[in-house]
Amino acid sequence: MNAETRTDTGTDIRTDNGKGTGTGFIELDNVEKVFDVRRKTGFMRSERRQVRAVDSISFRVARGEMVGYIGPNGAGKSTTIKMLTGILTPSGGRLRVAGIDPSRERTRLAHRIGVVFGQRTTLWWDLPLRDSYRLMHRMYRIPDARFRENLDRCVELLDLGELLDVPVRQLSLGQRMRGDIAAALLHDPEVLYLDEPTIGLDVVSKAKVRGFLRDLNAERGTTVLLTTHDLTDIEQLCKRVMVIDHGRLMYDGALAGLHEVGESERMLVVDLERQLPPIRLESAPSVRTVKVEGPRQWLAFPASESAAPLVARIAADYPLADLSVREPDIEAVIAKMYASADGMEIGDGGARVQ
Amino acid sequence: MAETAGAVEVTEAAGPPEVVFVERSRLVEGVRAYGLIATMWLRSTMAYRASFAMTAFGNFAVTAFDFVAILLMFQHVDALGGYTLAEIALLYGASGTAFGLADLVMGSMDRLGRRVRDGTLDTLLVRPVPVLAQVAADRFALRRMGRITQGALVLGYALVTLDIGWTPLKVAMIPLMLLSGAAIFAAVFVAGAAFQFVAQDASEVQNSFTYGGNTLLQYPPSIFSKDLVRGVTFVVPLAFVNWLPALYVLGRDYPLGLPDWVAFLPPVVAGLCWLLAGLAWRSGLRAYRSTGS
Repeated sequence: MNAETRTDTGTDIRTDNGKGTGTGFIELDNVEKVFDVRRKTGFMRSERRQVRAVDSISFRVARGEMVGYIGPNGAGKSTTIKMLTGILTPSGGRLRVAGIDPSRERTRLAHRIGVVFGQRTTLWWDLPLRDSYRLMHRMYRIPDARFRENLDRCVELLDLGELLDVPVRQLSLGQRMRGDIAAALLHDPEVLYLDEPTIGLDVVSKAKVRGFLRDLNAERGTTVLLTTHDLTDIEQLCKRVMVIDHGRLMYDGALAGLHEVGESERMLVVDLERQLPPIRLESAPSVRTVKVEGPRQWLAFPASESAAPLVARIAADYPLADLSVREPDIEAVIAKMYASADGMEIGDGGARVQ
Repeated sequence: MAETAGAVEVTEAAGPPEVVFVERSRLVEGVRAYGLIATMWLRSTMAYRASFAMTAFGNFAVTAFDFVAILLMFQHVDALGGYTLAEIALLYGASGTAFGLADLVMGSMDRLGRRVRDGTLDTLLVRPVPVLAQVAADRFALRRMGRITQGALVLGYALVTLDIGWTPLKVAMIPLMLLSGAAIFAAVFVAGAAFQFVAQDASEVQNSFTYGGNTLLQYPPSIFSKDLVRGVTFVVPLAFVNWLPALYVLGRDYPLGLPDWVAFLPPVVAGLCWLLAGLAWRSGLRAYRSTGS
């Protein structure tokens, strides 16, 4: 199944001393997490049921990669992140981050990773932003010169200069997220986990956060693993995407490939100058008109095809007033993929890994 | 554990210069982290100075009224369970001060259940310092000094008023009693918090042992049933906070007829309580990390 050689989990694996074995900086081999869910069935009686939140996941992330980790709610994304950061102990399998077993050496790992939980700030509500950074400085025992250097860089790139002396409670959501990202990077982590880093942010803030992450990855070689609901995050940041659903790795590869696997369709929304019968293009059989509403029509076409020739053809044959392209949402893609996976063997996590 | 305290390890980071990571004793790390976080909370409360002053005074006043109730009672009786006002003041002051100290240092541990429920405990678990220190320092509030002040004042009144035949042992007993008592209460706070890993809404159970225990200890053991006295002596050893040492100072007999030397056991009992509470905390945290809820 998996061609990778696996070191015996029973023996001492600390011999590699932080360098990681082989190619993987983050390594998961058949990692699983099973929760015992108790349900009350009466007074002092309960029924036990096992839920496999993460079901035999294997993947490798090389140093300096930027990977999107996506899936519907409850798919097992957060559980995976929690195992990678050492918060949760895996029920089975082997897991290493920078050669460290997160669940056994949580505090040692903490010096080498940065974590941003999108919806839970770690900043101090009533204190100026600067004070939260000072705490990081001392708690992580960051050498003074390095702290100053890192803080200056984050302040400049994340545009925090004016905010340093403002109490965190007065910051906007976008400003706070930028502040949180800076807080997670002051100790020079080698890997940064971001859980929904753009959730609830406005367009400008989203662009700022994405731009910063891209630079961080390119210039400092920080490995980034992010979970998101926003496919645009993935499109703009990650060459590689992993899709998880029902605790299993459904897909691991490029984003474009995801659309192919999911047979997903993009939507071209066309505003014509007047109401016309549904658009019909003989030269493009893969395009179907799915909806007509007055002069506005919705055309679905395979996500793997380019929209440009299609637009040109419509513009040639029809009085075109305006148009827009809508990307498929991740839930739809995954739903399709899941439906097509029945009977097929793409559920096996190791199958598409590198 | 594969790691030994004091081992020095050099990790090779990719871009940045070499990081020297020194594994320090967890106790030292914990105390240091506690100090750092408590300082942050102090600064946070100073953002609202007026509110701080008012709650500190309120804290003092509420506990003060508590003793006023006892004073009023003694307007009508000369003794309670065979104890005079000054003797009860000794019990009250000792328990109040010890509890106040524990409350100041560990008082917010009953918020752990809430942290488990809303998921903010996870943000503490990704930091390189012990979780217990972070949870104990959570919401550190100097206003809790109000309770200590009140307890110390009542204790001072008792020591001045009482006619005690002081011996060196009896003198040494007073600070010993306060520190051991605070440690015993603190252990109860930790054990209660550990229990909240499995039962997140159990903070009331914890409060019944801490706040309830404190109220119980403010009265002499002679007014309670023997079964209750046995319970707080042998099961939840709160009797070692003030009853046993204070009765030794007063030269009185303990209702259960225990020998005199048990009055010197509080430090041992406190150590045992901490050991058990520490184990409970460890298994609680382990349970959390395997269930995540």
